[in-house]
Amino acid sequence: MQTLIKNGRVIDPANQIDGFFDILINNRKIEVVAPQGKIPAGKIKEIIDAKGCVVAPGFCDMHVHFREPGHEYKETIETGSASAAAGGFSTVAVMPNTSPVNDNRSVTELILSQAKKTALVNIFPIGAITKGLKGETLSDMGELKESGCIGYSDDGRPVMDSELMRRALEYSRMFDLPCIQHSEVLDLTRGGCMNEGIVSTELGLKGMPVEAEDIMVFRDICLLEKTGGRLHVAHISSGGAVELVRQAKAKGLPVTCEVAPHHFTLTEEACRNYDTNAKMSPPLRTDEDIDLIKDGLKDGTIDMIATDHAPHDLADKQVEFSNACFGIVGLETALPLTLKLVDENIITLQKAVDLLTQQPCRVFNLDKGTLGVGKDADIVIFNPDTEYTIDPAKFKSRSKNSPYKGWEVRGKILHTLVAGKTVYSSDND
Amino acid sequence: MLLSTKSILSTKELTKLDIQQILDTAESFKEISTRAIKKVPTLRGKTIINLFFEPSTRTRTSFEIAGKRLSADVINISGSTSSTVKGENLIDTARNLEAMNPDILVVRHQCSGAPALLSQFVNSPIINAGDGSHEHPSQALLDLLTIRSHRGDLEGLKVAIVGDISHSRVARSNIKAMQTMGMKVRVVGPPPLIPVGLERLGVEVSHNLIEAIKDVDVVMILRIQLERQNQGLLSSLREYSNYFCLTSEALAKARDDVLIIHPGPVNRGVEIALDVMEGPRSLILNQVTNGVAIRMALFYLLLGENNANPN
Repeated sequence: MQTLIKNGRVIDPANQIDGFFDILINNRKIEVVAPQGKIPAGKIKEIIDAKGCVVAPGFCDMHVHFREPGHEYKETIETGSASAAAGGFSTVAVMPNTSPVNDNRSVTELILSQAKKTALVNIFPIGAITKGLKGETLSDMGELKESGCIGYSDDGRPVMDSELMRRALEYSRMFDLPCIQHSEVLDLTRGGCMNEGIVSTELGLKGMPVEAEDIMVFRDICLLEKTGGRLHVAHISSGGAVELVRQAKAKGLPVTCEVAPHHFTLTEEACRNYDTNAKMSPPLRTDEDIDLIKDGLKDGTIDMIATDHAPHDLADKQVEFSNACFGIVGLETALPLTLKLVDENIITLQKAVDLLTQQPCRVFNLDKGTLGVGKDADIVIFNPDTEYTIDPAKFKSRSKNSPYKGWEVRGKILHTLVAGKTVYSSDND
Repeated sequence: MLLSTKSILSTKELTKLDIQQILDTAESFKEISTRAIKKVPTLRGKTIINLFFEPSTRTRTSFEIAGKRLSADVINISGSTSSTVKGENLIDTARNLEAMNPDILVVRHQCSGAPALLSQFVNSPIINAGDGSHEHPSQALLDLLTIRSHRGDLEGLKVAIVGDISHSRVARSNIKAMQTMGMKVRVVGPPPLIPVGLERLGVEVSHNLIEAIKDVDVVMILRIQLERQNQGLLSSLREYSNYFCLTSEALAKARDDVLIIHPGPVNRGVEIALDVMEGPRSLILNQVTNGVAIRMALFYLLLGENNANPN
């Protein structure tokens, strides 16, 4: 089975390509990438005309919550992967805070077998740092890697115990996988439900001070300096933490970080009116933090964009603000929100694609995020100029918790292919 | 004239005109409570539901008496105070109550924003009778009524609010309402009990009781809760009292005509000394009396003048 994608502007940072090329897919792989019009269409049955569109490697999100096993009423691997495909993602890494927790081979294998049966996109599990996410004993990191995990995280919770984190960084060196920290000193955020600041003061809600994030990032960097290993800071939201990562990188430490689109497009102001869709952890911060995050994206301190896709049912969101769950459906709004950075001249379009493709795969050692010949044909086609209004009711995700309802945005996914097969087409919407 | 809002969720959304009208209406209702027969037929046939998810004696009673003096039917419902109560239960409860066609829901809840959440799901006007650390608008209005009846005009008056500002819905409602009425607000307390960023709301912050009350027209004392000690926000109530208890010695530094108010219930000897509480400057019981008048005014104004006759 051959497919030809023609007339598109191909942006493939992994191969330093940005220009008008046609791509021939044969038997799940990319067979030819040639200047426009050079591939004879002759007998090819499936031809996708990408005129006016960008053709890029399928996006890769190293931070999603697909809730399976355990919380299938919020999301499943099937619905989550449909959401990913609709957002242009062909590869995702699923966090281990399922029920049971992905802290051993049997859960990893269950996730992978469900993925094989139901997923539309590539699913890579992340294993827990500590058994049961309890922060008490290390999980069997070797077994987790052997069964398919690509990193370790207690995401949703930080590893509070400093010695345990030290040992995690040390032990994970044996397997050369990153420890992904949800950076939050819990002593400072107990009972908190939004950023501590003027808005929490006015709303009478317990705040989560930004220092809770900074202190944890600083602690982990100190540990890393001693232990080696690889530290990946999840969903950075604090300008101060960006600066800490910048300094650590300048020292040559093996630290990387990611940012979620909501942390560069929304502030604590979104929590006014007690909108629980704006309740996230880490919380939405301030304009100053956003400015520093943008600086970090510009100068490469921030390695990648990851959505922290965290679907929640109405029963978990349509409640008092302090009782609501943290999180946002992220996959289906990631592209237009990232393109805002391009509109604002913070980054180029090539850089935006880079942050969603090559960079995450570099950090997580995945042979994805590239249009190289011979690689899996994981491809996204999007029109960066198409304007539309975000409507969460139309999300493929099982959950609809998004504070972006009604936003006028630019940048629409038209096609997502995984191993040469169309897993999303806007024609079917 | 009607109020600019359908519900009373916070003082933030009340205009100066709204507040003046509420105070004027309450003033005219005060007399009813002094009659031998303390009842007028104004809201006959109206149903008011007091939905209290948090224990309260004086506020609930005040709303109940206010409704009854206007001849409304008042029903009290206590919700569970369990922290595991989920919002869908709150919404379900309110929707079920609404299906019985009440005219007003009075809601108290331990979570900030709960009345605002409810207002999205029910059509009846809602009066927020205290939500978490957010607001308690009827308390602020009765405080203003108390101050106004002793000072005539609110414009330009200076107020010191003393105590646990962080956790006080009374403080938040008063700060907003007082600023709307042209008053100057200063808060006084130990730094751990002053919320972040308050200065940006145009509020002066002080940690020195004597200095802070010297030049003010009104001192509002807030209840201090023992719980704050366990949360590490206070070293002890004893130490708190050493610095922030309004004693007669402290009061001697204030203006002779200073007014003292307290939303109650009072921890005698902790935030205010017994002799000050019972002294001539204290308007604490006056506030309670005014509370009934304010709540009568809110019921009357929310249900619309056209529906009723104030006599």
